[in-house]
Formats: sequence, structure tokens, C-alpha cells
Amino acid sequence: MTDLPTVPAAPAEVAAPRRRGGRVRVTGTDRIFLALMVIIPTVMVIGWVWLPAIASVVLSFARWSGIGGLDTIQWIGTENYKNVFTNYPPFAPALRHNLIWLVFLFVLPTLFGIFLAVLLDRELRGTRFYQTAFFLPVVLSLALIGFIWQLIYSRDQGVLNAVLGTQIDWYGDSKWNLWAVLVAASWRHAGYIMLLYLAGLKGVDPSLREAAAVDGASQVRTFFSVVLPVMRPINIIVIVVTVIESLRAFDIVWVINKGTNGLELISTLVTANVVGEASRIGFGSALATIMLVISLVFITIFLSTVMRRAQR
Amino acid sequence: MTSATTVTRPPATGAATAKARRRRLTAGRVVLYVFVTLTALAWLFPVVWALLNSFRDYAYTSVHGYVSLGGFTFQNYLNAWEQGEFTRHFLNSMIITVPAVLLTLFLASCVAFVVARFSFRFNLALLGLFTAANLLPQQALLVPLFRAYRSIPLPLWMSDSGQLLDSYWGLILVNVAFQTGFCTFVLSNYMKALPHEMYEAARVDGAGIPTQFFRITLPLCRPALAALATLQVTWIYNEFFWATVLMQSGDKFPITSSLNNLRGQFFTDYNLLSAGSILVAIPVLVVFFVLQKQFVAGLTLGATKG
Repeated sequence: MTDLPTVPAAPAEVAAPRRRGGRVRVTGTDRIFLALMVIIPTVMVIGWVWLPAIASVVLSFARWSGIGGLDTIQWIGTENYKNVFTNYPPFAPALRHNLIWLVFLFVLPTLFGIFLAVLLDRELRGTRFYQTAFFLPVVLSLALIGFIWQLIYSRDQGVLNAVLGTQIDWYGDSKWNLWAVLVAASWRHAGYIMLLYLAGLKGVDPSLREAAAVDGASQVRTFFSVVLPVMRPINIIVIVVTVIESLRAFDIVWVINKGTNGLELISTLVTANVVGEASRIGFGSALATIMLVISLVFITIFLSTVMRRAQR
Repeated sequence: MTSATTVTRPPATGAATAKARRRRLTAGRVVLYVFVTLTALAWLFPVVWALLNSFRDYAYTSVHGYVSLGGFTFQNYLNAWEQGEFTRHFLNSMIITVPAVLLTLFLASCVAFVVARFSFRFNLALLGLFTAANLLPQQALLVPLFRAYRSIPLPLWMSDSGQLLDSYWGLILVNVAFQTGFCTFVLSNYMKALPHEMYEAARVDGAGIPTQFFRITLPLCRPALAALATLQVTWIYNEFFWATVLMQSGDKFPITSSLNNLRGQFFTDYNLLSAGSILVAIPVLVVFFVLQKQFVAGLTLGATKG
């Protein structure tokens, strides 16, 4: 589940008429049926997602090997956090890599995806072919993408070295591997952003552009002063998607080398601390809590954007 | 479907300007076409390259290099299938994906129905609870979930590990819990746009809530359900993280997370690696080419209504 599913809210030309009827009376068995319809899924989502999230926060203040019952937990305050920041060498690189991931995804594939969407929105002949090409990587998992790009990045048999005449192990050399992985991840991300943005652009009222054209605005000017402001909700969604994608990045580096040797990410550190041989539950939870806090900030922004549209 | 996905341009002015623009093939447009075409071809390259090499003999390419012709064979596919135990892993993917998608869509429909149909004060909060759950980084939940899975016992007929960890059940449930949020959000928007009068009529005829849900709402939501099913099959098939950490024995991994183990085996023979990659990609590529419309609709659904 590498995808960040979103509902791009295309600027609607005509808002659907509100139709919330009067009060609906519900009685007897219907009431029980309705209650079950809400309660069962809610219990699942709370039990599998929200309770573990809260438990991560609680356990981040503990020392626990995970073996034995809950009574073997020692409460040690904020010591895990102190250790994360001062006494854990991979943390600083991991944080830096996550940040590089975010900036890279944003500067290259996100902007490029938007650019492609703007180009494809101009009624090109053969749009279907172009869309298919850019969109194809989106259905592949990032784990598989890591695999496929091995054919390009391999030291002895890769295309890239053959073209450049170099002898670099693109996945193995810690000087290059983060960038190599980012290019492969961008290959997918650009198509994803293009798709979201194209759907948004299709919903922009054409009369806006025509009015701008009548006023003598150039196409570039029209895009920046007319289309872009109208697309505000999509822009926010695209930004949040990019942030959360870079925070959740995991599959591609795990499949390459389990997030070591230049490919450390916060997500791989959490995983290595929990499922590895030395199970450090409290410490892993502290790392997880840091992830949780960062992501909740952006999830809140995302939800308030999307929900406001849904409420209209 | 069309009404719920994208807003089409008003036909009159849109078509006229399109035609006018199409006639003018200016230098700018030529540059545009060349640029987009080259980029598109570059985008296809990694997949085409893998496809090409998957049909070539390793002994041939290692002597003549990859920039050569000849040495075509189908043997890589047979070898990859056998060495990677693809029968086993594809079967595992199916065992996990099919129930997970069905359960996700059913549970999401239930919540969406209530949210769309009845205006409780906590409806928005409920929707937020579900949608946000879908966006959390999985690793943030890993520690307690992993520990809990290890201590929840299952009878042996359900899981030969005797616990939720390393069982199909555990993996299916975690996928369902994660995906329900997104589907609920999309479906509730879709259901809100259904004509209200039908429910009134059904109520007058004495239809209870179960009848309304199964006989009216679900059939009307078929387009949305089809789009979401396409999307969910792809995502759960592609799911890597949970399967990697929650499955312990190698023969239970679904195909995507079995890539982790295959890497060592295929490492030396890149043609074998290509064939393996293509095999793993085939199901999603089929979805991509056959159900592309559904897939895109799923991503952009719920956009204009609500």
C-alpha cells in the first residue's frame, strides 16, 4: 500500500443541489441494523488503526523487550526521545533523507507532473497514448519499481553505466543510491500527480480562460493568474500527497537493502527496531511517534480541505 | 459513471475553440508534440527494456552485451516461475486480495450509507476518523500491532502458526482496516448524490433499512463500486509493508513482498530478473489496460458531487 489515495476535488461548475430531507424516523429492527452498520466498521478502524497509534505514543515512554506481559513494562519518561536525538547515529541521516525525499519529489516529479497535466490539457492529438505512458508506472508497486530499475542501475549490466561509460553501482554506492532511488520513485510520482491535476484542470470553467483571452492575457499569464488560483484545493491536495508520500516512503528502499548504507529512512528505522533481532519496543515507538506527529499535521490540513468541499 | 467523474466542458464553445486550435499547427505546437512524445517514450523505456530482456538468453547477452540482437528465448519465464515459486505466491496474493477487497467494499458501503442518508451530528467526525486512518504512515502503528498480533491466538484450523501473526486472517484484516477509510469517503459522496425520493417511495411501500440498503443503494452504486474494486485490487495486490512484517514463513508471502526473497535468487541473471518482474506486473498491467477507465474514475471519483 504505497499509494496515497486521495479524492481530488475538481472545481465543480455546478454544485449539486443540497438535498437533505426532513428527519427520517427509524424504529425497531431498523435501528439495530443501522447501529451494526456503523459499529462494526468503526470498531475495526479504531481497533486496527487508532488504538495502535495511541499505543505507539504511550509505549514511547517505556522500556520493554516485548517478551512477557504488560507488567514487565518499565516507564522511563522521555529517555527514548533523548536517545533518539543524541545517541542514535542513523537518526540524523534518516531525517535528512526523508527531507531530501520531500524536496526532491516536490521540485522534480510534482512540478513536472503538473507541467505534463497542463500540456495534456491542451487537446493534443493522441492524448490517450501520452496519458497511458505517463500513467503506466502508477499501477506498479514501488517494490517492483525498485526491481525493474535494477536493470538500469546495475554496475555490470545496467543501461546507465553502458550509456555513461561509468562503473558505478548505483544502488550500492552510498554516494549515489539515494538519488538513484529518488529518480525511480519520481518516475511513478510524476504520473500520479499528472493524473490528479489533469482531473482538476478538466473541471476549470472554460469561460474563465476565454474571458482572460479576450482581455489579452497570454497563456502563461492566464495559467498563473486565473487557473492556478481556481485550482487552490487541488494544489493543497497535491502538496499534502507529496509530503505524506515522502514520509511513508519504505517499499523501494526495503527491497533494495532494507534501508541501510545511505538509504536510511525513519520508516525503515522503526521497522528494523521492531521486527529485527533486537526488539526495542519503546525506542521504536518513539521513532514511530515522531512520524505520527509529523503526518497528523498534514492529515489535518488535508482533511479540512477535502471535507470543506464535501460539505458544500 | 460519467456524471460522477468529470465535468465535461459545455459543448458549443469548447468544441469550436478546440477545432480552431487544432487547425493552427504552429511552430510552438510542433515543439510541444516533439517534447511530449519524447518524454512519453522515455517514460515507457524501463518497462519496455524489462520486457525486451525478459525474452533473451543470458548466455547470449553476457557475450554480446545488451545492445545486440538475437538470443531470444522464452526459457526465462519458465525458470523464473519455477525458481520464484510463483504458483504459490500468486495463490497467496489471491487468498489475501479477494476477501480483503470484498470486505472493504461491504464495510465501507455500510458506513457510507448511514453517513449519507442520516444527518447525525457526529457524521463528519466519523468520516474524518475513517479517512485519516487511511493516511497514517503504517510504521506508526507497527509496534503495538506487531506485538498484539503475536499474542492473539487463533485456532490451528484458521492459522497454522496458532496466532494472528503469520496468518492470512491478520493480513486481510489489517488491509481492510486501512482501506475502508478511503472507500467510505468516496462512497458517501456518491450516495449523497442519489435521488432522495426513491427512499421516500420505498418507505411508503414499507421497505425497511435492510431492503433499502441492499435493493436500492447498493445496485445504484455499482459504477462506484466497480471503480473502487479496480483500485483496491491494485493497491492490495501491490501492498508490501504489512505482508513483509506480519508474515513470517516464506511460503505465505503474497507475490509483491516475495520480491524481497527473490532478489537474492535472481541477482546474478538480469534476464531472469526481467522475466520475474514482468510476471509480477502482469496482473496490474491487465488491470491497467483493460480497466484503465475504472481505475482513473476510482481515483477521481466523488470529485464533483457532494
